[in-house]
This record gives sequence, C-alpha cells and structure tokens, in this order.
Amino acid sequence: MKKPINRRQFLQASGLALAGAAVASGTGILLLDPTATWAATTTLDAHTTQTLITMCRYVYPHKVIEDAQYGKTVEGFTKKASTDPAFAKLLQDGVVALDAAANGKWIEVKDEDKLQALKSIEPSPFFQTVRGTLIGADGPYNLPAVWKQFGYEGSSWQFGGYLARGFNDIKWLPAE
Amino acid sequence: MAKYELKDDSVVVIIGSGAGGGTLANELCQKGIKVVLLEAGKRIEIKDFVNDEWPMFNKIAWLDKRTTSGSWRVAKNFPNLPAWTVKAVGGTTVHWAGASLRFKEQEFRARSVYGEIAGANLLDWPISLADLEPYYARAEDKMGVTGTNNIPRLPGNNNFKVLAAGAKKIGYKQVHTGNMAINSQPRDGRSGCMQIGFCFEGCKSGAKWSTLYTEIPKAEATGKLDLRPESQVLRILHNDKGKVSGVVYADKSGKHVEQKARVVCVAANSIESARLLLNSSSNTFPNGLANSSGQVGRNYMRHMTGSVYGFFPNEVHMYRGTTMAGIIEDEAINDPKRGFVGGYHMETISLGLPFMAAFLDPGAWGREFTDMLDQYNRTAGMWLVGEDMPRQSNCVTLHASEKDQFGLPIPNVHFDDHDNDVAMRTHAYKQGSAVYNAVGATKTFETPPYPSTHNLGTNRMSEKPRDGVVNKWGQTHDIANLFISDGS
Repeated sequence: MKKPINRRQFLQASGLALAGAAVASGTGILLLDPTATWAATTTLDAHTTQTLITMCRYVYPHKVIEDAQYGKTVEGFTKKASTDPAFAKLLQDGVVALDAAANGKWIEVKDEDKLQALKSIEPSPFFQTVRGTLIGADGPYNLPAVWKQFGYEGSSWQFGGYLARGFNDIKWLPAE
Repeated sequence: MAKYELKDDSVVVIIGSGAGGGTLANELCQKGIKVVLLEAGKRIEIKDFVNDEWPMFNKIAWLDKRTTSGSWRVAKNFPNLPAWTVKAVGGTTVHWAGASLRFKEQEFRARSVYGEIAGANLLDWPISLADLEPYYARAEDKMGVTGTNNIPRLPGNNNFKVLAAGAKKIGYKQVHTGNMAINSQPRDGRSGCMQIGFCFEGCKSGAKWSTLYTEIPKAEATGKLDLRPESQVLRILHNDKGKVSGVVYADKSGKHVEQKARVVCVAANSIESARLLLNSSSNTFPNGLANSSGQVGRNYMRHMTGSVYGFFPNEVHMYRGTTMAGIIEDEAINDPKRGFVGGYHMETISLGLPFMAAFLDPGAWGREFTDMLDQYNRTAGMWLVGEDMPRQSNCVTLHASEKDQFGLPIPNVHFDDHDNDVAMRTHAYKQGSAVYNAVGATKTFETPPYPSTHNLGTNRMSEKPRDGVVNKWGQTHDIANLFISDGS
C-alpha cells in the first residue's frame, strides 16, 4: 500500500495557495496525515507569539524600546496570519525551527545560545520576514512614540520647521 | 489648460514631467508651442505632502516591479528597487535634494583627459562647458540656485556645522552650504526655506524647486499645456517613413489611448526612457527605436555613491534643517595620484529614524547595528557622490519573462562597479571618516549606496551615430523628430 503523504509533501505538491484553500475549508489535510500534530489554524498560539516578541528584541535590541512596541509588529503578524494560512505556517514552523536550533525552547535558553540559534537560521525566509518587517514601515522604528525615545522629532512643518527651533543650535564644536 | 485632440498631429508629446520633461514643456509653451505632457503618476500637490518617510515613499516612489543583476549590493538588499525615483507629476524633482552643480570643464572631455580605461566605455561629449554656460546661467536663475545670481547661500544647519568643522580641521578649503535650488529667501512667488528637514518627502514650503509647482503651473498659464497625469506611455509609434508619429499610453482606467504627435520627447528617467525605446521595437526597428548603435540601455551609471555616518558624544540633530545644504568640493578634481580618475563631492545628508534603520546597513541586525541607531540623536551624516565609469555591460534590458500590469516586459538593471568606482569610494569613505574623526567622532560607519537616485547614461549623447543615441541637441541620431530630454 502506498504510504500516505505527509503534510510537507502535500504542501509541496499542492502549492501554498491550494493548501490555504484546504485549511480555509477545514478539510483534507488532516485526513491525509492523521498523525500530524500541526493544527490547521490561522491563530498563532501563545508560545509562538511570545517567542516572536522576544525574537524581535534580540534581532533589534534597544533598551529604549518597550516590549509592547515590539509587540505591535507581532500584532501585525497575528493580523496577517489570521487571513493568510501560509503566513501563519511560516511563523509557526519558524518558531519550531528556532526551538530546534536552540535544542529546547529558544525563549528559555541563555543569551548567547539565543543569538547563536538566531544566527543559524538567519538565511531562512522566516528570519528574514521577521527582520525585514521590523526594519520597515510596520516595525518599531516607524512608531512616533519610539521616535521620541530616540530623540527624533518627526514632522516639523506644522511648527514652522526648525528655522526658529534649533536647526543650527549646536554648541560643542571646537572653535575655529 | 489646453485640451488637444488625440488625432491632432501638430502637438509635441513629452513623456515625463520631471526635471527634463517639465522644464521642456514650459519652455515650449512659452514659445506658443502646443504640448501634451504625459505623466505616468498622479498629481500630488504640496498640500498632500507629509513629513513622514514611509507614507511619502509609498505615495510618490516608482514602485512598479523591476529586477536587478550584477555584483552591486543593491541587487542583494533591494532586488526589486534598483532606483529611488518618483512616479508623480514633477517626477524626481519632488524627491530631489536640490543640489545644483555644474559639470567641470574636464568632465566633458572624459575620454581625452582620463585616457583609455580598461572595462570602461568613455567618450567625450560633443558639447563643451562653454556651450552650456549660457544655459546653466538661465537654469540657475529660473531655479533660484543659491550662490548664483546674487542669491545668498542657505544658513548652515547642525549637520553642516559638524561637516564644515571637520573639513577645515583636515585642511579642506572649499566648504559651504552648496549651490542649492532652494530659496534662501522668498523668490519667484515661493517662500524661503523653513529648515523643515524633509526635502526628500516633497518640500512642504515650496522653497525647493520642483517642476510640480514652478515650470508646470507656468506652462499651464500659457494655455498651451495639456498635462495628462496617470498616463503611462507604453509605446512610441512611427510611420512608414521612419518618423515617429505618436504614442500609445494607458490612461487612468487602463484603457489604451493613441495620441498623435509631430515630435516626441522622452524624459522618463534613465530606466524607463531606455525601456520605452526598447519596448517600441517594430519591423523597421527590430532592436528598439533609435538603437542603430546598440547603445540604448547601455552605459547605465548611478554616480559613485556611499555615505559616512559619524557618531559623537554630544547631540547633533542632523535631521533638523535642509538635508543637503552642505558640501566639500576639494576632492572634485581629477588627480589620478589618488588612485582613480575623476572626482567626488561630500555633501550633508540625513535620514529620519525610519529610513536610518532601513538604509544604514541593509540586512544588518544585532547589537552592533542597534548601538549605532541608539546614537541617532548624536549622528552626523554625509553623502559621497562622484563620477562613475560608463560600461557597456552595465545596462537596462527587457526582462525575458516578467511583464508589468500592461503586459510589457519589465526592466532589469544590471550593474557592476568598475575598479575606478571602488577606488574612488574607498578614498571617499576614508576622507569622510577623517572629517568626522577630526571633530571627535567616537565611531564612523561606511554605509553602502542607497537604491540609485542619479540614474544616467542609458541614451547617451555622441558626435558619431555609432557611439551613442542622441546628437548634441538631444535629437536621436536615427529619427529626426524623436528627442531624449532627460539625464539618460
């Protein structure tokens, strides 16, 4: 008898779009592989979410950025995952791979082991998705509250620019 | 505003409304010539500008898909964003910094002065500085360039003061706030610079020259201009005599529209101008329009660029004030003893926190990177910009399989630095770092080139038809009523 294909093979064979359709309809995949521990879900579990928030801090560590501000990026992930099963899977599988790289729960290992595990998955689409999102328009560097924490003042035209507000107020340069 | 018939073959069609096309449109309209100005992007006015990097980028940048190849780092970090240009009325003059420098005399004679350089495709221009001087003078007057026409230079901001103090310490002499097409005082119906600090996001005060609110409204006032935004030209048409006869463009709704013309002027920036000629191939011109030389799309240049950021113990607030009003000119000479031909400038630059994060060291992460961002407030920045070598192999070509929203091949941009570019950049990084170290930088960082803003060379000017695409008038060698009117 032919061995039933596992989830990974199914996804490869069907393409992500089809897999998404199957997940959305709630049928098919589990029947193909009744031993799969994977849940056909678009909701990120607490471990995944918490790992992602901590991961954000380790990828772009800043004392001045609060967990809740990294959490905004993860909120964006959660939102996207809720309508995009392929994306949800990327994140969930990514956290599984990160845990595997840490030989345990990544979130619980020592700092240097955390970094080493991250380094080992750096080329992966999962890592690059998280990193690329953090550094872009949906990341913490684009939050006005974070700008203040870095001393960046943001929009200035409504205050008349900096013409009368310190565009040339530097005092510490050596005298000529 | 004029409204011409699609079948009116007495109009001049200009493709692109930026520095080349917008200016040309006004000059022709002032002479009473009927102009149809086709612009791919929307008309986004000053009131629509926001002092916010990502939203403005998403509003005005040319984001149609492009691909990249070659050894340049942009291909790795920004594989679908080779260039940072604009899709909107006013084109890249909405985004530009305003730096308005003249060519130097020897730069018109690069092949003669620099000699034969392996791997480069140098050519003397068929025009000289003397030929252009009267036009430079007119342009500087119209644009209100500081340091010309008795227009005072802009006041220096904090970022400039750091640059200038460091420059003087290491012996540079030609240091000032630049020749900027930004009003230092009210002029030509526009206000003076308010030191807003968002020059790249569209100047909210209108102090910076942009065709969007200078040349284009002036052209409209003549009653001769028919400006059509959201009209992306897909193809230039020709008749059986080999003259161009009109264009096909996609209007706002995506409908294909044919506009007749007596003359067509292409000013779509270096990537799109070359792509348009290549996409307009026909039985008569199988390799694309005006391409008997095979040079269309080749010799793509982007200027040798890079940035140096310096980190200091005390506050700088580099983002306050005019972004690029600060220049060191001493290295803009040809002195092959430095290990390269041609020269470069160092100019102030600043990015807001969002773009600093995205562009300081693309792809980097971890503590070393974030330590630099933590010093954002104590950072000074400079942009390095110099001549790069034209190369046959650096080119804009049509993608073999990928198509755009109109079904036309998208452009691929291939670029490999020439050894001369690398040597110049290495020198500029070293000098830039020395400037900041001289005034107490605790660290300096060499930022790689951003996606290209100075896109050049893909329809180059030549005396002989076999060497280039256009003659000294910007008229294509092959087709008398087809002109290239931009920096390509």
